[in-house]
Amino acid sequence: MKAFGELIRILDATNKTNEKVKALATYFKEAPAPDKLWTIALLSHRRPKRPVTTTLLREWASEAAHIPLWLFEESYHIVGDLAETIALVIPEESVTHDKSLADFATDLLALYNKDEQQKKEYLLTTWQQLDYYERFAFNKIITGGFRIGISQKLMTRALAKATEIDEDILAYKLMGDWTPQTTTFNKLILEENEEDYLSKPYPFYLAYALDQEPAELGDVSEWSFEHKWDGIRAQLIVRNKELFVWSRGEELVTDKYPEFEVFTEHFPDGTVIDGELLPYPNNSIGTFNDLQTRIGRKNITKKLLEKTPVIIKAYDVLEWKGEDVREQPFKTRRGYLNQLIQLCKDKNLPLYISEVMHFNTWEAAAKERERSRDVKSEGLMLKRNDSPYLIGRKKGDWWKWKVDPLTIDAVLTYAMRGHGRRTNLFTDYTFALWDNNELVTFAKAYSGLTDAEFRQVDNFVKRNTTDKFGPVRQVTPELVFEIAFEGIAPSKRHKSGVAVRFPRILRWRQDKKIEEANSLDDLKALIIE
Amino acid sequence: MKTPLLQFTEKGIYCQQANVYLDPWKKVDNALITHGHADHSRWGHKKYITQHDNVPIIKHRLGAIEATGVNYNEKIIINNVTFSFHPAGHIPGSSQIRVAHKGDVWVFTGDYKLHPDGLSVPYEPVKCNSFITECTFGLPAFKWRPQQEVFNDINEWWKTNKAEGKTSVLFGYSLGKAQRLIKNLDTSIGTIYTHAAVENLNEVIRPHFSLPDTVRITADTDKKAIAGNIIIAPPSAHGTPWLRRFAPFVTATASGWMAFRGARRRRAVDRGFVLSDHCDWNELLTAIKETGCEKVITTHGYTDVFSKYLQTLGYDARTEQTQYEGENAETNEENEVTS
Repeated sequence: MKAFGELIRILDATNKTNEKVKALATYFKEAPAPDKLWTIALLSHRRPKRPVTTTLLREWASEAAHIPLWLFEESYHIVGDLAETIALVIPEESVTHDKSLADFATDLLALYNKDEQQKKEYLLTTWQQLDYYERFAFNKIITGGFRIGISQKLMTRALAKATEIDEDILAYKLMGDWTPQTTTFNKLILEENEEDYLSKPYPFYLAYALDQEPAELGDVSEWSFEHKWDGIRAQLIVRNKELFVWSRGEELVTDKYPEFEVFTEHFPDGTVIDGELLPYPNNSIGTFNDLQTRIGRKNITKKLLEKTPVIIKAYDVLEWKGEDVREQPFKTRRGYLNQLIQLCKDKNLPLYISEVMHFNTWEAAAKERERSRDVKSEGLMLKRNDSPYLIGRKKGDWWKWKVDPLTIDAVLTYAMRGHGRRTNLFTDYTFALWDNNELVTFAKAYSGLTDAEFRQVDNFVKRNTTDKFGPVRQVTPELVFEIAFEGIAPSKRHKSGVAVRFPRILRWRQDKKIEEANSLDDLKALIIE
Repeated sequence: MKTPLLQFTEKGIYCQQANVYLDPWKKVDNALITHGHADHSRWGHKKYITQHDNVPIIKHRLGAIEATGVNYNEKIIINNVTFSFHPAGHIPGSSQIRVAHKGDVWVFTGDYKLHPDGLSVPYEPVKCNSFITECTFGLPAFKWRPQQEVFNDINEWWKTNKAEGKTSVLFGYSLGKAQRLIKNLDTSIGTIYTHAAVENLNEVIRPHFSLPDTVRITADTDKKAIAGNIIIAPPSAHGTPWLRRFAPFVTATASGWMAFRGARRRRAVDRGFVLSDHCDWNELLTAIKETGCEKVITTHGYTDVFSKYLQTLGYDARTEQTQYEGENAETNEENEVTS
């Protein structure tokens, strides 16, 4: 555990990605195999089942720190992270231990079946034995997703560096439902496996937002247009009668979408397509909210599959009959896509094509873009007819031309302290709209202001608090903000009766008084029936 | 009811009997000043009284003012009220102010810390009935490590940077923190270069406190000579063209707020060292106990939480609104008055 605590200390002391990768790679070279395996597990969000509730953790931590529970809670609200708060308030003791990370992880697994008194004794003893960074890491293992600014991708990169195994192959090796109890470092990482190559995805080609007048892109006839669908970008691979579904986060999500399994019977061997995964209830494109019911779910029940089926709207073909065709022009690749669609015609597969459009003038294209919300897209994608399929985010051949977000002027009514780098600053806000003479909450937003503006609003909150509810401060309604959002739908779960998608602060309307903020009716008028 | 010896008015902490204010935030005739940070010594009072070492500091900062210096423990009697200044250990020239009248004794801490920093005169507890205290870091989450351990880390950091051919840039408020850093750096590693704002105060402080040699950075300073050495600069220098010309460099901040991971990440410095000129949780509790006081008034910091806790310990504790930078310190992180 000492080495792991030291690793966390180093990772925490720097904000440079290269330094983090270096520290992790060194750890992956030097640590014992079981510790490496646990580190990989933790950083890919496989932690042991939480052995104690956070309520008990808070009670016991306040006891160990010799402070009343309310004082612990106040400290927690300010620090913003339970694992960190516990690590901070526990007094340093001179006792120590010689256990490894894997030992502690195994303890925690065993703890799950112990009684409350045994759990308490174990935690109080362990907290005393650990130093600050070990204690922080230990608490992180217990409390949550082990989010410490190290993404799975970064961890994979470090592991690639340490093992000299290709990063994409490692990414695949790390997929699936393994746990440190069911495998070993050798088996999971080092052993060669033919199948590793079978599932290998191509890196996604990503577009930048259009930053100029479209007419400046030149002759409109050189461009293909598609709607930009609002789902999850995905890559579907069929090789050797096996299907692999990769999300843009380079996460293998095959198991989550069983409806695609049928493609193995119809796609030619060696087919890779790029497309958008979309919810398709009642045979039409649903909202992102619908898709959300599928994303987080581990068990895909029959009922869920019937209620919210998904489809793939295909954009492109990257591999055709076993051949990498990314270098061929977009037009040619779309030809393969049409062939694929023909092959699958009348078979009632969850495969649709993202239709290509051509326009004679840029004005006509602009007109189509304005229609985007009606067809449930976010705007248009512009692709040069002769563009190859590039790697990563590149300028020039592909552009996204999104519709402007919907906006509304709302009043700041509540604030909470932020987390992470916004610890101790009031940066999480609740906004309300007028309903007759009352302000009704409609959205929360956390982003969109500059650091300087956040500091000003933080200052306002601290000076204009009218009531406190735990970590939440009610503030004098005085500040008006323009809130932007991507979509809007009726909702029974929200007090306002409306759910908005991806709300964020567009700007602070210092020129507006609260009486000039919008009403709930103004918001509802934006819903497209 | 009898008028209390010290009252909290809209101009500052006021002693009616003597007609003087302690660290007032609005213009007054007579101001007793604890220390030179901007939120405690403001411009525009007619007369300033402060401890000797602080006189050149506030004159440097406030220009032509009428300031009288007194010694620590020296008694000044104004209309039967006895005032005296006592070391607060916060920064060079910082004091607590004791106010006594007919057996009623009050102490106002200004800002203070208990652990010696090797530079300013260390804090001395003063017995009193009523203790007016800051509690900038009045949460059990704040616990400072011994200064020597922190400086071992800082010196180690400097050495590592030097070995990698990089210049170390350490940010600290130009009055107090900067000199504490300079005093405790291991000068066998290299030369200490200073930003003008820091060096100006070094010059003011040097006649009264011994500081290692430092080199002021000017337009003529040879950039190549600085490579691998350390630069002490105010936090406001972060991200400026002034600093960029010394690349390649690594940045760090020394402040109590660095105890929080979020605060470290927010500053966007490469490294955060937890080093404060204020009391941590245990120091605050120790200080209060040592005064033997019954009443505690908290002025700035996590005042509500801290005074509520003191009440559970049996103290008659309350909070008074002041304009010292407490919770609002975070609104202007560059203003390191409270760090």
